[in-house]
Amino acid sequence: MKTLRYPFTAAAVKELAVGEMVSLSGRVFTARDRLHKHLYEGGRCPVNLKNGAIYHCGPIVLRRDRTWVVRAAGPTTSLRQEAYMPRLIAQHGIRVIVGKGGMGEGTRQACAKCGCVYVQAVGGAAALLAEAVRSVSAVHFLREFGMAEALWVLEVENLRGVVAMDAQGRSLYRRVRERSRRALRDVLRNGVKA
Amino acid sequence: MKKAHWEKNLVELIRRASTDLPADVEAALRRALNREKKSSLAAWALESMLQNAARARRDGIPICQDTGELIFFFRVPVEFDTNGLAARARAAVSRATRLGYLRQNTLDAVSGASFETNVGYGAPTFCFEQGGRKTVDVRLVLKGGGCENVGGQYSLPDAGLDAGRDLEGVRRCVLDAVWRAQGAGCAPGVIGVCIGGSRASGHVHAKEQFLRRVGERNRVRALARLETKLLADVNRLGVGAMGLGGKTTALAVKIGALSRLPACFFVTVSAMCWAFRRRGVVLGPEGGVHRWLY
Repeated sequence: MKTLRYPFTAAAVKELAVGEMVSLSGRVFTARDRLHKHLYEGGRCPVNLKNGAIYHCGPIVLRRDRTWVVRAAGPTTSLRQEAYMPRLIAQHGIRVIVGKGGMGEGTRQACAKCGCVYVQAVGGAAALLAEAVRSVSAVHFLREFGMAEALWVLEVENLRGVVAMDAQGRSLYRRVRERSRRALRDVLRNGVKA
Repeated sequence: MKKAHWEKNLVELIRRASTDLPADVEAALRRALNREKKSSLAAWALESMLQNAARARRDGIPICQDTGELIFFFRVPVEFDTNGLAARARAAVSRATRLGYLRQNTLDAVSGASFETNVGYGAPTFCFEQGGRKTVDVRLVLKGGGCENVGGQYSLPDAGLDAGRDLEGVRRCVLDAVWRAQGAGCAPGVIGVCIGGSRASGHVHAKEQFLRRVGERNRVRALARLETKLLADVNRLGVGAMGLGGKTTALAVKIGALSRLPACFFVTVSAMCWAFRRRGVVLGPEGGVHRWLY
C-alpha cells in the first residue's frame, strides 16, 4: 500500500504502478458531469486543482447543526467525463483522478504526458468510502448543480483504491478488455441449439 | 386509508431497500469472494463490497450513494385506490430523502434543476397490477444510473453479432451487452433479460426479473437451461468485480419472455449492479405490516 498526501507531487504520482493499492489523505474535490462540462467550456473554477485529486463522486450530504455530514460517498462512472478529462488534466494540473470503471485513450495519454494517475475505488461502496471523509471544508455550485453534482471540498483520511491507469501510460482496463475479447470468441463458438 | 400508517411503513421499506442488502445477494457475493485468489484485486473489491454492506446495515447508511431510480411494483386488491397509494408512496419518498436514505437524485430533464425530494415527472416509477388478495404487495427496487447506462435493446436478426431469431441469437446479445459493459455497471450483479415484447414492455419485463431471488430457478425449462448456460458463459469472460479481472462477472442471469409481433424480435438486457437493492412488504388494507419479503 502506497500512501499519498495532498498536495500530490508529480514525482510521487509517477512512482505508482498499475495494480498497486494506494491510500490518499488530505484534500480531494468531488467533480461530476455538470462541473466537467462547466470547466471544459471555460467556466469559473472556484478552487485551485493544481496538484490536487478530483473524485468522480456525487455524495449524500446532510446538514446537521450547521455542519455538513457526508453519509455516502462512493465513486460514479468516470467514462462519461472522457471527452473533457484530457484537457482538464493539462489545464488544471490535476494529479489524481479517483473514480470507477476506468477511462479511455485520451485520458490514458494525458496521464502519461502530464503525470497523473487514475485510481479505481470500489463502486457502490458508499458507506465504507464515506468513513474516509473527515470533514467538508467547502461546497461550490450547490444551488446551481444540486447535491450530487456540486463541487464538494472534502478532507479525507485513508481513501483507498487501486491504481488502474498510471503515469507511464499503462491501463488495467485495456488488459482486461483484451483478455475478455479473446475469451468471448471462445464462448461464442460453444453455442446452444436453435 | 390511514395516511400515517401507510407512509411510515413505506418509508421503512425504502430504508430497508437502500441500506440493507438482501441475504441472497450477500451470500452470492461471498461465494464469489471464495472463488478468487486471496490477494487478487477481485478479492479486494468483493471484500470491500461485503464490508460496505455490513457497515451500511449497521449504521443505516445507503449502500450506494446513487440511490437510483425507485421502481415500485404494487399488487393491489381489485377496486383498490391506486391514486391514494401512489400519493402515499410519493410522500414516503420525500420523507426518506429528507432523512438521508435517498440522495437528491431526480433532475428536470429540460432545465437540469434538481427536485429536492425525488418526486418529479414520472418519478418515482410505479407499476400496478391487480390481484385477488385483500392485501397490498409492495416490492421496491432501487436501480442506480451506472448499471442503467449499460443496459440495451437488440433487434434480431443482428448481422453484426451473427445473431438469428432463436435462443442462440439471444445468448449472443446478452454476451455482447456484458462484454461491452466491462466493469462500468459495477459488476458482479444480476443480468435481467426479456425475450420478445415491444420496445417499451421489453425494458419493464427485463427489470421485473430483478424481483426473483438469485438462486430461484426459472419455471420455464428452456429459459432455466439458458440462464444456467449464460451465467457460466458470462463468468468465463474474466471481466470480474468492477472490471478489474476475475472469475465472477455476474451473480445470476434472469430471463423472461413476452409475446412478440411476427415482424419484431427484441432482446432487452438490463443490468443490476452488485449493490442490488430490492425489498418488499405485504401490507394490510389499513397499511399495517403483514410480513416483510426477501
